Amino acid sequence: MDQFIVKPLFGEVGDPVYWYTITNVTLWLFLTVVAVSLLLVAGTRGRAIIPTKIQSVAELSYGFIYKMVEDVAGKDAVRFFPYIFTLFMFIVMSNFLGLLPLAFTTTSHLAVTVVLALAVFLTVTITGFVLHGAKFLSLFWVSSAPLPLRPILALIEVISYFVRPVSHSIRLMGNMMAGHAVIKVFAAFAPLILLSGLGVLVTPLSVLAISTIYALEVLVAFIQAYVFTILTCVYLKDALHPSH
Amino acid sequence: MATDTNGAIILAQATDEAATHGTEGAEHAVEGAAHAVEGAHGVESAAHGGGEAVGMPQLDFNSWPNQIFWLLVALVALYLIISRIALPRIASVLAERAGSVTNDVAAAEELKLKAQEAEAAYNQALADARSEAQAIINEAKAEMQAELDEANAKADAEIAAKVAESEKAIGEIRANALASVESVAKEAAAEIVAALGTKADAATVDAAVSEQMKRA
Repeated sequence: MDQFIVKPLFGEVGDPVYWYTITNVTLWLFLTVVAVSLLLVAGTRGRAIIPTKIQSVAELSYGFIYKMVEDVAGKDAVRFFPYIFTLFMFIVMSNFLGLLPLAFTTTSHLAVTVVLALAVFLTVTITGFVLHGAKFLSLFWVSSAPLPLRPILALIEVISYFVRPVSHSIRLMGNMMAGHAVIKVFAAFAPLILLSGLGVLVTPLSVLAISTIYALEVLVAFIQAYVFTILTCVYLKDALHPSH
Repeated sequence: MATDTNGAIILAQATDEAATHGTEGAEHAVEGAAHAVEGAHGVESAAHGGGEAVGMPQLDFNSWPNQIFWLLVALVALYLIISRIALPRIASVLAERAGSVTNDVAAAEELKLKAQEAEAAYNQALADARSEAQAIINEAKAEMQAELDEANAKADAEIAAKVAESEKAIGEIRANALASVESVAKEAAAEIVAALGTKADAATVDAAVSEQMKRA
């Protein structure tokens, strides 16, 4: 679990962490911002009609998220596109950077994912009330259900609405942490060959397991960013079109 | 921790009440003791939870203010970079590309039309050339035919002239021959008559010969 410990970048391990302390979190957040900027700003510097490889990646991510916002949340959600694109690029780049050896994975921390999920939750709720006022509450009143059932359904809908940020944040954090922890477990078995004869069998197996899980984690890193973003779009659709 | 202190307070209150109210308080004291036990249990589980928090840095809330502060800084910076620089640039590149593709397609369409026009003109020129060639051939044929006819006519006329001349010569020869035959016949007749010993007038002999020849 060493890889998840937040520690000051300068000074001793035991030093207190204040809110302004420059920590390994700060470093990896900074690297994420730099990497995204390199991809999206430096990569598109040529503004080429026939794009370079990096520019194609930037354009592909633009098109991917733009289409997602338009298809899932509707055409009037396009004004939220910069916000959603920022979320996606941040999460996907953090996830990938976290897969580098010795890296600190910012998205494996509940503090980070909770802030991201709460930001989405607040944006959606505020947008809903600003656009529709009290009518936004019709989201919880399932008018297509039989009348006696509606209060019960409303209760369930309200609960599920408030559970959203919880599941939204824990899903991302849990996925990112679990993969890293499993790799760590197998990594602990890997040096067994130095200690006992049993290592002849265990070490190759654990190295194979690490490689396999690493490949899986590359997939998970993208999929979790995708899931987080598409859920944001789904929630946003509720805010823009609350009627069932 | 809250349950812990709660239980402790209830315990304290209970013992206090037990002291002042005697038996009635004793029941409360028992109740309070039970709460105190629960409270102790709470302490234990809290301690256990604390142990887990050390094991799982995600639940170490001491680092949360730090993480949240730097996360907000990073997100705001990233949002500004993306919305101010990256997105307008990518959008303009994509729009430009879409525009140039449309232009290229239009230009290609125009070129295609031009090619079709050129092909039509070529076909027209080919057809014109063909018909012109045909006309020239026909003209040449007619000319040759005329020349041929003229030459034929000339030859025919020449042949006819030669035939007429020959016929005339043949006629002359025949007339000469006939005249010769007559004179020879007359001479022969006169000789024959003389030979027979008959004197005959030359004129009578001639007339008789001519008459015989006419009869023949």
